[in-house]
Amino acid sequence: MIQTLFGSAPPKPGLFERLQQAVEKTRAGLVDRIEDLVQGKKEIDAELLDELETTLISADVGVRTATEVLEAVREQVDRRELNDAAGLKACIRERLLEILKGAERPVGAVSDEPEVILVVGVNGTGKTTTIGKLAHHLQDGGKKVLLCAADTFRAAAIEQLEIWGGRTAADVIKQRPGADPSAVVFDALQAARARQADYVIVDTAGRLHTKSNLMSELEKMRRTAGRVIPGAPHEVLLVLDATTGQNGLEQARQFTSSAGVTGIVLAKLDGTAKGGVVIAIARELGLPIRYVGVGEKIDDLIRFDPESFIESLFKTSDTGR
Amino acid sequence: MFETLTEKLQRVFKNLRGEGKLTEANLQEALREIRLALLEADVNFKVVKQLLEGIKEKSLGQEVLTAFSPTEQVVQIVRDELVRVLGKVESKLRFSNDPPSVFLITGLQGSGKTTSTGKLARWLSHNGHRPLVVSVDVYRPAARKQLSVIAQQIKLPIFEGAAGETTPLELALGARREATQTGRDVVLVDTAGRLHIDDALMKELEQLRGALHPTEMLYVADAMTGQDAVRSAEEFHKRLGITGVILTKMDGDARGGAALSIRHVTGQPLKFVGIGEKLDALEPFYPDRIASRILGMGDVLSLIEKVEQSIDQKQAIELQQRIVDNEFSLQDFRDQLRQLRKMGPLESVLSMLPQIGPLQALKGAQVDPKELARVEAIINSMTYRERLNHQIINGSRRRRIARGSGTTVQEVNQVLKQYAEMRRMFKSLSGGGMKRKLAALMR
Repeated sequence: MIQTLFGSAPPKPGLFERLQQAVEKTRAGLVDRIEDLVQGKKEIDAELLDELETTLISADVGVRTATEVLEAVREQVDRRELNDAAGLKACIRERLLEILKGAERPVGAVSDEPEVILVVGVNGTGKTTTIGKLAHHLQDGGKKVLLCAADTFRAAAIEQLEIWGGRTAADVIKQRPGADPSAVVFDALQAARARQADYVIVDTAGRLHTKSNLMSELEKMRRTAGRVIPGAPHEVLLVLDATTGQNGLEQARQFTSSAGVTGIVLAKLDGTAKGGVVIAIARELGLPIRYVGVGEKIDDLIRFDPESFIESLFKTSDTGR
Repeated sequence: MFETLTEKLQRVFKNLRGEGKLTEANLQEALREIRLALLEADVNFKVVKQLLEGIKEKSLGQEVLTAFSPTEQVVQIVRDELVRVLGKVESKLRFSNDPPSVFLITGLQGSGKTTSTGKLARWLSHNGHRPLVVSVDVYRPAARKQLSVIAQQIKLPIFEGAAGETTPLELALGARREATQTGRDVVLVDTAGRLHIDDALMKELEQLRGALHPTEMLYVADAMTGQDAVRSAEEFHKRLGITGVILTKMDGDARGGAALSIRHVTGQPLKFVGIGEKLDALEPFYPDRIASRILGMGDVLSLIEKVEQSIDQKQAIELQQRIVDNEFSLQDFRDQLRQLRKMGPLESVLSMLPQIGPLQALKGAQVDPKELARVEAIINSMTYRERLNHQIINGSRRRRIARGSGTTVQEVNQVLKQYAEMRRMFKSLSGGGMKRKLAALMR
């Protein structure tokens, strides 16, 4: 397994195919389901609409978002703008795309290099792995990346980041376990300036969003970063596990209020049937999704793009359930 | 954040007064609210459907008792149904007659397997066992190192593997051999996290199971998991035959509907619940607590336990006596504050309260920990005599206390006022009404 990370990889499928692969399951669960439902029906009846709502909910889109989308569809049906079942799919697709697009935000301009990216999230969502992949992604683009091991709490977190540092040939700034995370951030930013890095990616300890003391630790890290480099952190990425249910919304809400989240990374999308939480978050919090984690390999992180996400979601597939 | 099921049902049933029985018609809307509440709590939609059948059956034809509101009645039915599905308290583990017993710890990536392995090892060693832990996660960077750090923290042995033992199977077999030689009766095998669709890794688990004959195949699940919980649990159960579930990250604010889904599709008991990052934060699973939580009814039992843990019993009884005798002094007030702070962040304490009745206002109340520290500092700056008898605190004493505690006279006045109010409240409570009021609260 580890060898395959370094070994020669087979020719890479294109971005689009990979994203499509990643959402294969979602498509099977969501879109195929919708197609199943729609097929053979001429009329749109209440039962069909209820079934569609359940389908959306089962993709973790969330009750409120699902209800809203369906409400819009019902309205169209009532106004006779939509009267055949086949048009339903297009209509739902349009709604979902609208929600995702509405949340898109450009990445803020960086006036003072290096760009500082703070990576936050609850325990076990895949922060460190995402950082490894992100470092690889950025260095691929010819940028110099510095990693900052500010997870001084979890056992062996620093070692884990160092291994990723080794794989991506990025320097890792660390202190001993138990050190003040803000102090590590301070060191890392100083070092990044001296070494003229383009990016600093800060790995933070996983924390449940309900622990207010830990959340204020994040605030302190933000303040520290801002003191060394004005405007930092430029990007605060919240890593969300794609299997997370409605609690993902609450996580996003809490992390936004104390860590100022600017974007979401949806990790582990390959393992799960659902990506629906993405839509709920876009709809309720207006947070853009920046990247999607689609596998365990170092280059399994791709930029999120609403068009192709929905596109691949709705492309007819021949895989059954 | 969420409107609780109770509130929703109250709204639904508002027009129900005077009806003799719950009928299909007036139950319809209630069932819809129940459905939404369960879905919002991440209970799987298929499971919800089946639950609703049972709830409907039990609710229909129920007489609208005069003593209870229909809301309470239906909530009770829902709750009972959830508890029934969640099963009994079953944190018993199965051990082999021929030690060492092997427990395989499995689960998806990031569900908390390694931490749970550590917690379970600690729990076992506190319950008369001699566990040995081993990590066979050779894939995730530093995964084995993580377990070895944890083992050090809980002062339990870990099998690191002899030279040449590099595959998961070799490591696990090595650990079992080591356990036999060193007289360890349980081997906890921390496996690599995997996605349930990863066939190669699932095969590896099957191989481990075949070679080790584990008496427990524990599936670690994240309480925050959404609809997908069912699919992964089903897949793991189908291929590996899990024997129990550890639900992690219950210290967050996830409703934990996944617990219900997993239990429902696998039929295997939930055995433990992870409730914090520290290695002692593992407790047996109590179905009634999770049921209340899924319904947003608060976790009064856990709160009481937390209070009991952090409050000195003897002190509490003494304090009670003093309250009854109306001798509650500033000294006692300070002790109370200290104990309150010992229970941890107040928000987490408050979040366990039910979101109904008179306690509703407390929910989400912002309590500034600094404020508590300030009050304590003010009381600390008083003399012993002042603390026993607040009436002697005159203007000049107030100025001195303010200076001593780095606060202002206004703040000192405020604390004294709060204290006086508290005394007055205690006085009215100790007039016999306390029990009744508390009983009303708990209902």
